[in-house]
Amino acid sequence: MAKWKPLDQMTYLGKGYARLDGPGKASGAVKYTYDLKLPGMLYGALLSSPHPAATIKRIDASAALALPGVKAVLTDVHPTGTLRYAGEEVAAVAATSPEIAADALERIKVEYDVLPFVVDLETAMKPEAPRVYAEQSNVREPRVESEGDLAAAFAQAAVIVEGTYRTQVQVHACLEVHGSVAKWEGDELIVWDSTQGVYASRDGIAKFLNIEQSKVRVICDYMGGGFGSKLQAGRYSVIAARLAKATGAPVKLMLSRPQDSISAGNRPNLIAEIKAGATRAGKLIAFSAKTYGTAGIGNNARPALPLAYDVPNSRTEHYDVYTNAGAARAFRAPGCPQASFVMEQVMDELAEKLNLDPLDFRLQNDSNETRQQQWKMAAARFGWSKRAPRPNASRGVIKRGMGLGAAVWWPGGRGTQAQMTILPDGGIEVRCGTQDIGTGTRTLVAAVAAEELGVPIASIKAMIGDTEYPYSGASGGSTTAPSVAPAIKNVAEKAKDKLTEVAAQHFGAARTEVQLADGRAFVKGNAKNALSWKQLCALFGTMPLVVHGEWVEGLSSAGVAGCQFAEVEVDTETGVVTVLRMLAVQDCGLVLNRLTAESQVIGGVIQGISYALYEDRLMDPLTGVLINPTFENYKIVGALEMPKIEAIIYDQPERGVIGIGEPPTIPTAAAIANAVYHATGKRMRALPMTPDRVLAALHS
Amino acid sequence: MQDQNESPVPIHDTAESPPAEEPSSKISRRHFLKLSGGGAVGTVILTAGVHAKAAALPPDAEVFSGSVSLQLKVNGQRRSVTVEPRTTLLSALRNQLEVTGCKEVCNRGECGACTVLVNGKPVLACMMLALDAAGQEIVTVEGLVQNGKLDPVQQAFVDHDALMCGFCTPGFVMSVRALLDRNPNPTEAEVRQAVAGNLCRCGTYPRVFEAALAAAQTAGKRG
Repeated sequence: MAKWKPLDQMTYLGKGYARLDGPGKASGAVKYTYDLKLPGMLYGALLSSPHPAATIKRIDASAALALPGVKAVLTDVHPTGTLRYAGEEVAAVAATSPEIAADALERIKVEYDVLPFVVDLETAMKPEAPRVYAEQSNVREPRVESEGDLAAAFAQAAVIVEGTYRTQVQVHACLEVHGSVAKWEGDELIVWDSTQGVYASRDGIAKFLNIEQSKVRVICDYMGGGFGSKLQAGRYSVIAARLAKATGAPVKLMLSRPQDSISAGNRPNLIAEIKAGATRAGKLIAFSAKTYGTAGIGNNARPALPLAYDVPNSRTEHYDVYTNAGAARAFRAPGCPQASFVMEQVMDELAEKLNLDPLDFRLQNDSNETRQQQWKMAAARFGWSKRAPRPNASRGVIKRGMGLGAAVWWPGGRGTQAQMTILPDGGIEVRCGTQDIGTGTRTLVAAVAAEELGVPIASIKAMIGDTEYPYSGASGGSTTAPSVAPAIKNVAEKAKDKLTEVAAQHFGAARTEVQLADGRAFVKGNAKNALSWKQLCALFGTMPLVVHGEWVEGLSSAGVAGCQFAEVEVDTETGVVTVLRMLAVQDCGLVLNRLTAESQVIGGVIQGISYALYEDRLMDPLTGVLINPTFENYKIVGALEMPKIEAIIYDQPERGVIGIGEPPTIPTAAAIANAVYHATGKRMRALPMTPDRVLAALHS
Repeated sequence: MQDQNESPVPIHDTAESPPAEEPSSKISRRHFLKLSGGGAVGTVILTAGVHAKAAALPPDAEVFSGSVSLQLKVNGQRRSVTVEPRTTLLSALRNQLEVTGCKEVCNRGECGACTVLVNGKPVLACMMLALDAAGQEIVTVEGLVQNGKLDPVQQAFVDHDALMCGFCTPGFVMSVRALLDRNPNPTEAEVRQAVAGNLCRCGTYPRVFEAALAAAQTAGKRG
């Protein structure tokens, strides 16, 4: 089985170094999909449904088509003509400027048959509520899972906690909206897509257009955030392709910010009715959850309950509920932040009833050995022992509190292929059809190749983000690094073998006698008589060395642990919660780049703070329309709210590479909620913890 | 590009050009948004001689359209564009001049991703009309690079990993650059204030603070 070399022999891996595309990003030189302008390119725009439920009766596009600069209008972009949320695509235009495209949308006349709708989770569950899908109840068949004997366990429990917990809908709010540039070359289509999966996007586009996959090429050099919302092909890509076909010109179609907010995915909300019990000795033995969530017109709003801790007897019963709103999509640790918000508060409540420290209670119910160490290390560093033993201990208006929560994640690596080309002049190209969603994939490709070949990282040309390159999966589930890094090491190992062979021939020595190190080749014991990298590669003559590699066992694994501690201040006069500091400890096996790994942890914590205190997608129950589709009203956390954040990567290089993208965002809101309770003695059972809710809790 | 016409004012495609001292249109991006109820810019009526008409009309008049040729001074170069009066500086830069460092994210002045310097001051390019930018010194993130060398602020962003997906990065860089130009030795609180209008979804704010303070240490002033 393949193995990484020891950490102390590594030049790059395990250490921190600047990402290779940093200068391009910081100087505006790199082009994102939204930045592309092809010769003769037109600008596409989508007309959105103003109604949350309606059928399209008639569309008159003549006035739009008559507008100078408008090149095409498509009136059949909706697959069925039955609209199920306000914001769904009704028609599309292509025009010579974005401004004219916007004008054209206003000139499209649509007659609708308006239908009754429901956008609120609880209203949708009522028997008399309008049905989102005529043929199906809004409340779907439950998904039930159970383990052990729950009734017997509750009978044994010394303490029981019961409560209803709620979380909100969170939208991905990627700074680069979803969108594509489409261009036909004969019957072949090139799509530049803001995507987390060039191959997934290609396959989806080919399927929707009913053309062969080989006729579609998808490119994503740079993309402005995805967080799970850009894992699949979008309808906009197909519409862009159709507009391009209709006009004979390349078409750029980016969603508007409001369209992106309603139709490009979200983290579903949750109502969780919980009952949990523990023994006098402090063992969690019973956990029951009846949960409801809406993925809008889509499926799977299931929380990952119970989460992180050992529960021998449990039962979960989850109901997906349809509403007239955009479908949910994977969002950084799907099902977990909402589950953590519930689980960690229940743990705290049980601990309090048992008169146990919340940390001690967790240590007794957490069988993960890594996290056992992390809890202790983090508690010492954070100063958990200085925590007031009782909640609401601060005197005065401003109250302080501390809380904690556990992080967990499962998936590992999977099939990825790569190609390495070493050119006669010494150039090194690595091709892999993965993509960089902001985590630093391009840099890790170069670093792993450089590490294996013993050359400077800058000498590697990492080529990613294109279906012309060897296959790699979509960047979701924290699978990219454990999928890509082994494939790159494998292809570099093979190249190194070939290079060794070439050097051995040159030296007239046995292959085993030849060593490749520091970008040079020499016979062992005779480093003075070495071939430089360039001299070695020149031995190829005119033909480059090309090798193929793939993901192999042994270089990556799955499953991580982590924990977070929060300290907050609650202003009891205004209800404002201020996060003062966060500590996050997280393992990810072998660290590929400490700098970017820490950035991911910090980013996860920040997204968690935003989820805890600010973000909330609001649907108007009277009109069925998204009320806050812009950053003015959909609040994401900003610079002024930043606490001190300490990110500690817990090294386990012996485990190989494991992804780190999702776990750091899981326990943040939970830790903050527990800290708010500790500060005030009032339990916040709904997210986000906005000032009005905090004040309501304080005065309850 | 550089040495075309030195005129600091818009050059119009009609005979009714306004006098040279006319500095800008009388209608702002804010005003457009107000007229159109906050969403996409409203329907326009085609007229000629836009600029002169704009100057003559009362502030609440109906909107005008038509094409206007003008020159923008971007990163030290004079560049010609043909825009409608409602065209934002951001749209002109990105869609006509292909200066795409300034990013289009919210198009409503909410996120800071399109921050550029206009006469040295940070300005949201989505909230300024291209007409109003004519004759002014516009510097985008591309313009901070001198002879292929990154500005100390840009270099600090790279060194401190103050960027992830990178889509917000040019806006942050420009806000920090503007801060250091007026205050070469800021506190962290001042850095936070300076970038308070810039949103980052990947969550790299603490790295931005580090980068800004480091850039202040290495070289507060450019060049």
